Amino acid sequence: MATDTIKQHDAHAHDGHEHHDAGAMKIFGFWIYLMSDLVIFGTLFATFGVLANATAGGPTSQEIFELPFVLVETFLLLISSFTFGLAVLAQNAGDRGAVLKWLAVTFLLGFGFVAMEVYEFHNLIAEGYGPDRSAFLSAFFTLVGTHGLHVTFGLIWIAIMFFQISKRGLDSVTKPRMLCLSLFWHFLDIVWICVFSFVYLIGAM
Amino acid sequence: MFGKLSLDSIPYHEPIIMVTAAVIGIVGALIVGLITYYRKWGYLWSEWITSIDHKKIGVMYFLVALVMLIRGFADAIMMRTQQAIAAGGAEGYLPPEHYDQIFTAHGVIMIFFVAMPMVIGLMNLVVPLQIGARDVAFPFMNNLSFWLFAVGVILVNMSLVIGEFAKTGWLAYAPLSELKYSPGVGVDYWIWALQISGIGTTLTGINFFVTILKMRTKGMSLFRMPIFTWTALCTNVLIILSFPILTVTIALLTLDRYLGMHFFTNDMGGSQMMYVNLIWAWGHPEVYILILPAFGVFSEVIATFTKKRLFGYKTMVWATVVIAFLSFTVWLHHFFTMGAGADVNSFFGIATMIIAIPTGVKIFNWLFTMYRGRIQFTTPVLWTIGFIITFTLGGMTGVMLAVPGANFVLHNTLFVIAHFHNVIIGGVVFGMMAGFTYWFPKAFGFTLSEKWGKRSFWCWLIGFYVAFMPLYALSFFGAMRRMQSYEQTEWQPLMIVAWFGAVIIACGIACIVIQLVVSIRDREKNRDLTGDPWDGRTLEWSTSSPPPNYNFAYLPDVASIDSYWEMKQQPGGFKRELATKFEDIHMPRNTAEGPILSLFALLFGFALIWHIWWLAGLGAIGMFVTFMFRIFNNDTDYHVSAAEVEKTEREYHKRLEIQA
Repeated sequence: MATDTIKQHDAHAHDGHEHHDAGAMKIFGFWIYLMSDLVIFGTLFATFGVLANATAGGPTSQEIFELPFVLVETFLLLISSFTFGLAVLAQNAGDRGAVLKWLAVTFLLGFGFVAMEVYEFHNLIAEGYGPDRSAFLSAFFTLVGTHGLHVTFGLIWIAIMFFQISKRGLDSVTKPRMLCLSLFWHFLDIVWICVFSFVYLIGAM
Repeated sequence: MFGKLSLDSIPYHEPIIMVTAAVIGIVGALIVGLITYYRKWGYLWSEWITSIDHKKIGVMYFLVALVMLIRGFADAIMMRTQQAIAAGGAEGYLPPEHYDQIFTAHGVIMIFFVAMPMVIGLMNLVVPLQIGARDVAFPFMNNLSFWLFAVGVILVNMSLVIGEFAKTGWLAYAPLSELKYSPGVGVDYWIWALQISGIGTTLTGINFFVTILKMRTKGMSLFRMPIFTWTALCTNVLIILSFPILTVTIALLTLDRYLGMHFFTNDMGGSQMMYVNLIWAWGHPEVYILILPAFGVFSEVIATFTKKRLFGYKTMVWATVVIAFLSFTVWLHHFFTMGAGADVNSFFGIATMIIAIPTGVKIFNWLFTMYRGRIQFTTPVLWTIGFIITFTLGGMTGVMLAVPGANFVLHNTLFVIAHFHNVIIGGVVFGMMAGFTYWFPKAFGFTLSEKWGKRSFWCWLIGFYVAFMPLYALSFFGAMRRMQSYEQTEWQPLMIVAWFGAVIIACGIACIVIQLVVSIRDREKNRDLTGDPWDGRTLEWSTSSPPPNYNFAYLPDVASIDSYWEMKQQPGGFKRELATKFEDIHMPRNTAEGPILSLFALLFGFALIWHIWWLAGLGAIGMFVTFMFRIFNNDTDYHVSAAEVEKTEREYHKRLEIQA
């Protein structure tokens, strides 16, 4: 309450300062969200680990994984992470045009990744190796599909961000959101590297 | 058009359900009628439903929890009645398929829709005030969390009348919960109620974690935080780390049921024990999510009413942290009988017993705080003392269960039921009731009736022992949990004693309701004008009751543990004087996006339960569009003008002067 005994230290907390704080807090909160998302992926990885050999007479991982195809996918996503980094650098330089340009490039690369994944899933299902074929395939489709779903949400977010930045520019609202999105995008990259190593590489060996 | 939903989904032939539905309908209509008659819809909408004020959200959580406590208790007494009569070939009055739904609903409701909202409600009300903050980190998300939780509550209650609820037990073990063995919508209600409200809980965890770490007032280092805030911090860490596991587990079961996958099925490589592992990897931390804040409440209560600083503040903090950590290392003790082998079982048995050590530290801290203190035997203190004794007993039966050898005998018997009610009623319920009585004046500006509070306590305490001690005894004769009927007539006398205990607890719940009614009636007599009715120690008592929406006109400056108490001890004491100069305060605006988004989530969940795919699509699109509105809404905050702050503060000080 307003008292003399409780000291008054809030005098400096004016508008600009508070907004700055709000942005930093948003990014910190988003980090924490990513950690909880990491638990989701961790649980899915554990599930996959348990069920990787439960093929129930269906195909094994050696029979269905095509490493060259997945490697192309992987590079699309890795490059998209790089281009997103360029978008953030452009944001730091205050160059709205470059931000939009790199966002668009990132979107295309990400879209290519999702398209390839959908193609892979489609082929597997068409061959009769859908997620209902065996526990191994259930775990595979769910782990990889959850990542793919995250990338899809990331694409929608990029589209919204593109629209919002082109509309209102780089300000105290859009900038922290861009940083959150970049965290999200890089995070998905890291998760994919784990998917590539633990699911595809080890599976194809 | 309507998927599996048809008029046959409503159980007309079940008189118990129909009467319940009629009562709910009449009471609901009465409430709606009264709100309409007094023209309070606008007020409800703008002051409560759309509110982002953490104090009001806290009150709403607690209110829903109290209502659901009555619902969950109705299930409990029905089960006790059934077991009191269904002996020696008698079938009782509940057929198995109804009885199974009741014990499932009882567990789900009591944990997810009573204990959790009580804990989260108290956290909402108290934590920002204790750390000298004006709100939580993400106020919109806080409102959204509440309404997503409310969706879960609504879905569970809908299952009573439309369709059925799960008959699987509260954790819906697979493969029983798979489509093959549970083809009805019951498990789907369970899935979507928990999934949607669980996401709300995860958001709450993130929100309060950030709030506590980033929004503490000046001078409040981590080791100056009140213990309740510390326990809230640890609980939120547990929520962030464990609720995603629940989300995944439920999602995998969903995929099995909806898309024919094979995570937990009997065939095609599915693993049932993986389900049990996963659900308890969340479930065990969950029990600490509930109990840690209760420990926090007792710490605050005992320090306040013995007029002493808590004994061993630092050990209390570290004990809390250690318990939070260990909570992730013991999940397997819920299924020692799985057959993981002696080595694994020993590890988890020992890990479980180790938790007794930090818990013991806490018990001694509370005892030593009371030692040579000037204890005031108020209602919260009674709950606390009742807790110390009851919980210690429950803890010891827990250590007994942690012995794998003993566990093989006791597994799935009434011993387990008696044990966890021993710690959940004796720990969480007593803690929440202590917190309810203790912080009620902070939320509403008047104290609760001590007379009815104490009556409630004695009914609960005695009722608990009468209801659950017989179950310990029965378990040694081989009585299993979840029995709809049993052959052994020699068990019946103790079952009747247990039933009588439940009736005493019913009186305890009635006393809570009477306590509220009486206290609201006498509110002018029990008005708390200073905002500090108990001579409190922490910052929440330094502001008025109820606090203005901005909590503190000036953010307090903290120099020690129990800083408000220290301020009062300084020469000349703590004076509530009016400041000379006021400033604008930056606050978030109320928002309709939380409740609207949740309404679409309700449609979404309901549609998926009944396989009404177009409606599910509509719900999903609705959620997305509402969220877009939020993202493109630029008008999310405002300034409370200095003049308005001054006006509010002057009114408060005028009230203080009148009292003086």
